[in-house]
Amino acid sequence: MKLNKIKLIAEDGRRIDGRLPEELRPIKIDIGILKNADGSAIVEYGATKVLAAVYGPREVVPRHEELADRAIIRCRYRMLSFSTQGERKSPAPSRREIELSKVIREALEPAILSNQYPRTAIDIFVEVINADGGTRTAGITAAAVALADAGIPMLDLVVAVAVGKLNGVLVVDLNGLEDMNSEADMPIAIMPSLGKITMLQLNGVLTPEDFRKALLLAINSINKIYELQKEALRRKYLTVEE
Amino acid sequence: MYESSEIKERKLVIPGDSITLDQNTTVEGLTYLYKLNESTYMATVTALIDVETMENKRRLRVIPLKGRYIPKEGDVVIGTVVDVSLSSWTIDINSPYSAVLYAYDYIGKNFNPTVENIRKYLDVGDVLLAKIAQFERSRGVVLTVQDKGLGKITSGSLVEIEPCKIARVIGKKRSMLNMLMEQTRCEIFVGNNGRILLRCPSLELEYITILAIKKIESEAHTIGLTEKIKDFIIEEKVKRGLIRYEIK
Repeated sequence: MKLNKIKLIAEDGRRIDGRLPEELRPIKIDIGILKNADGSAIVEYGATKVLAAVYGPREVVPRHEELADRAIIRCRYRMLSFSTQGERKSPAPSRREIELSKVIREALEPAILSNQYPRTAIDIFVEVINADGGTRTAGITAAAVALADAGIPMLDLVVAVAVGKLNGVLVVDLNGLEDMNSEADMPIAIMPSLGKITMLQLNGVLTPEDFRKALLLAINSINKIYELQKEALRRKYLTVEE
Repeated sequence: MYESSEIKERKLVIPGDSITLDQNTTVEGLTYLYKLNESTYMATVTALIDVETMENKRRLRVIPLKGRYIPKEGDVVIGTVVDVSLSSWTIDINSPYSAVLYAYDYIGKNFNPTVENIRKYLDVGDVLLAKIAQFERSRGVVLTVQDKGLGKITSGSLVEIEPCKIARVIGKKRSMLNMLMEQTRCEIFVGNNGRILLRCPSLELEYITILAIKKIESEAHTIGLTEKIKDFIIEEKVKRGLIRYEIK
């Protein structure tokens, strides 16, 4: 097979960017960066940079869309036209972006207590500024913090990370190049305090044994990112206190 | 008598943090918590938890740090007229739900739209102080002005802050509000929806009051705020030459 010819893991076990298999890219989370939005966050997973903005709960604009018993949650995932390498991405929403909007929304929905605000809308915008693999996972992580920043009641934060298989080795948080040449790619979103999975997708092939290992790997990484999320939320209020 | 002296412990919680409660604990603001099992609750918003311990009783107060205004029956709000219909007004109350004020309530007698024009009383852009008469999540908010001091606002200036920080502007037993009024000699009306109406004797005092309110908003989660704001107002007054000094 052509794919297996690309060597993504060196002899010493390190990946193309020098990381160990279970090592995350450097992660940065900042919140409250947009003034007009009720909540906002910017998340970096290495070179991947994602901006999330949350508006609401607010009045539902096409009135007929409102639900009598809960808030509707709308999500739009978009890649900016300069976010990709090489050719410029068309700004028109692609099939992939529409699908990812739905995937992100469904990953966040279980965490949001939407029944507290019937007949309202919560809008989530996820904009990919720079894409280098794992945009959906970074998007979910960013949107969850932005929701918490907006003061929307949530059961828990949601954290997402991808686990993949490269040359037979399970690795965590794939970058763009690894993503394209992996044997398997599995993005997972979890509510860490509750220990519940809200999203799980799998591209490629994993044996049941690999799957179990991959899940454990993801949970470990997610707990690390969760700490960063909590720290970002706390930082906003602690800086004023001094 | 300021609130800081009574608070024993204060901590910041974020969604997903668990809180353990026992039988001797009472909670104010239980709506911001989610029950996981008998004694464990989870915070659902970024909030401050004040813990007061009296003998062997614990009292928790959950104060959210952000969020939209959700109407509650009996709340006094400041709204602006955004739409006029034949016999009612639509009022924006800075909330996801818009409110209605019926003409017969405002005028106090039966209103006949074929005889009178409703815009004679209130038009788009007018500001009014009103009370929430009814709120059902499935229907909407109904306002009333049938109470002392309510009605159309004709003078003063409006300050808007985050609705969840209104409680700090009022303070425990109105301590903050009384201090503000005493220090700035302004008349202050606080709407529960995050809008504050000021009527001040001079422009400079009004400016100081606005600065003080904005300071309360940005430092709402700190301890000993009333004292801090009092010092701030005195300092600003000295800076502007309104007073020379004041003995603390």
